[in-house]
Amino acid sequence: MSSFRLSRDVILGFALVALVGVVSMRFPAFASVKSLSSVFNDTSILIILALGQMAVILTRCIDLSMASNLALVGMCTAMLNAIMPALPIPLLVIIAMILGALLGCVNGLLVWKLDIPPIVVTLGTLTIFRGIIFLISDGQWVNAHEMSPTFKALPRSSFLGLPVLSWFAVVSIAGMFVLLTRTPQGRALYAVGGHPNAAVYTGINVGRTRFNAFVLSGALAGIAGYLWVSRYAVAYVDIAAGFELDVVAACVIGGISIAGGIGTVAGAVLGALFLGVIKNALPVVDISPFWQQAISGSAIIIAVIFNARSERRAGRIILKQAEQV
Amino acid sequence: MNGTDTKQAIVVPDRLRSPLARAVTSWEFLLLFVGIFIFFLNTQASPYFLDPWNLSDATFNFTEKAMIAFAMALVIISGEIDLSVASIIALVSTCMGFLVQLGVDTPGLVAAAIVVGAACGAFNGFLVAVLGLPSIVVTIGTLSLFRGIAYIVLGDKAYSGYPDSFAFFGQGYVWWVITFEMVLFAVIALMFYLLLHRTSFGRSTIAIGNNPTAALFAGIRVSRVKFILFVLTGVMSAIAAVCLTSRLGSTRPSIAVGWELEIVTMVVLGGVNILGGSGTIPGVVIAAIVMGMVTFGLGLLNVPGIVMSVFIGLLLIGVIALPIVIKRARHRVAN
Repeated sequence: MSSFRLSRDVILGFALVALVGVVSMRFPAFASVKSLSSVFNDTSILIILALGQMAVILTRCIDLSMASNLALVGMCTAMLNAIMPALPIPLLVIIAMILGALLGCVNGLLVWKLDIPPIVVTLGTLTIFRGIIFLISDGQWVNAHEMSPTFKALPRSSFLGLPVLSWFAVVSIAGMFVLLTRTPQGRALYAVGGHPNAAVYTGINVGRTRFNAFVLSGALAGIAGYLWVSRYAVAYVDIAAGFELDVVAACVIGGISIAGGIGTVAGAVLGALFLGVIKNALPVVDISPFWQQAISGSAIIIAVIFNARSERRAGRIILKQAEQV
Repeated sequence: MNGTDTKQAIVVPDRLRSPLARAVTSWEFLLLFVGIFIFFLNTQASPYFLDPWNLSDATFNFTEKAMIAFAMALVIISGEIDLSVASIIALVSTCMGFLVQLGVDTPGLVAAAIVVGAACGAFNGFLVAVLGLPSIVVTIGTLSLFRGIAYIVLGDKAYSGYPDSFAFFGQGYVWWVITFEMVLFAVIALMFYLLLHRTSFGRSTIAIGNNPTAALFAGIRVSRVKFILFVLTGVMSAIAAVCLTSRLGSTRPSIAVGWELEIVTMVVLGGVNILGGSGTIPGVVIAAIVMGMVTFGLGLLNVPGIVMSVFIGLLLIGVIALPIVIKRARHRVAN
């Protein structure tokens, strides 16, 4: 199985390289290290969110509230910074993470303790979180001049040649890789999604594992909230509206099965980068940005068809399955 | 998955409860009660609420969404979901706007709308029913794709200049305060009631939602039923698009954005099981009216739209959580 999964990531990797190749045939500058690292930087937030979403999807759930979570935490950190500019930024990042995790807790508890389908829970919290932003901000914007210089500087400041924003993504990727491949909790995420009943018999608490996944995705969305607001230096009700679909799209393109239990960190990252390259390449090849939504929609559909073909179970046939008419 | 742990203590009664007792304790009855309560609150909230013209205006809050909600109810009962409905509205509306520029008149516009809606639904249906892909991902994809096409065609521009006769669908009155949309809503509700509760197709839909494999072995053409349901949803979205476009008089690519959420909420509030297998059309009708009343009443109180969406979100989670909490509590008392 593992070699097979690897091959799918490799295929996606090749597709990505081909995409960059096609664009750079017309505009060689696109393939330069500087340009590609700026694409990575631009996609960092999507990568961080896709990693969180992946943990949730692995357990057969879905978190549609990530973008609203991001926006709410972003607004909170921006307001906090506007009120208390002296608050050290690392502390603010930790506060953002905790706030995000708490919002993830709400999703997780509803899924774990009340057995409500995750899609319903997160559709609900998607609108609720977004509405709370309006309630706490009164519809006002937090503008660049209200934020402290250090607040805005962190994601842009450079460390070992990469912007700190990119480092956040790199650390998330590394952390997620260790979690999923080197820890029991990571195995549990796969087990719960692969076969919930079997997971119960191996002593895994299915509800609890799902709860953990939601808390993780919430925490990552929280960090992304700070990054988003500080990078674009503005916070208002509608930031990142609809971004949850991009996140799901990144996961689906990355070969993470919506039915749970299948997916790799490399897949999620490549899926996000695929969307990031498209987004950054469109203006380069002079296509209207209005095309982006249709292209990512088509990419989702093609990816899901492709995934379904390769996910078809090759297990032992006990009863001959009825022919679908 | 749901409640399997509580099923061991089932006591089989020696007779069914009386139809009256069942009706009084049903979800629809509870919902009706909530609706009447909200109606009463609204009359207290604003002295203008009971004005017939005001009530007539209030119906625009839910008629178009409810038309789609009926079809969505059937899709959800069959165990699938269609999140692309609002994007179908955008695409259909864009097509109509495009045809208006070519000088097509009202009958042509409506016909084109229904064809485009059916085609969108058929595309979803093909991917879900024929290729067997998960509907939630497929329709998230087509959600992006359909609205994306509208954005490609329109960009930041808008279509307007619809013919005068086209305005009747969204702005016309049949008699006194009775709008054309109300009549259409009632007719469609009746049709879907008959379809779900009085035909073998409706029975098949419920059977598929309960157990698709068993339904297949019972001789139901599962894929075909699902395909038809998605096409039906596309057609209903097209009809809603005609009404909405006619009412607004213009088309922007952002038309009806976020409606899929409200429509799913409406369906779930109406007592349809989100996991499939059960639900009624009267429930959806009452839920539509209740949601319309809530948003309209809050509007009369000058509550901004985004705060209303908080209510909608809480309503969605609340109505699903409440029966589960009650069931748990009852179970605990019984033990």
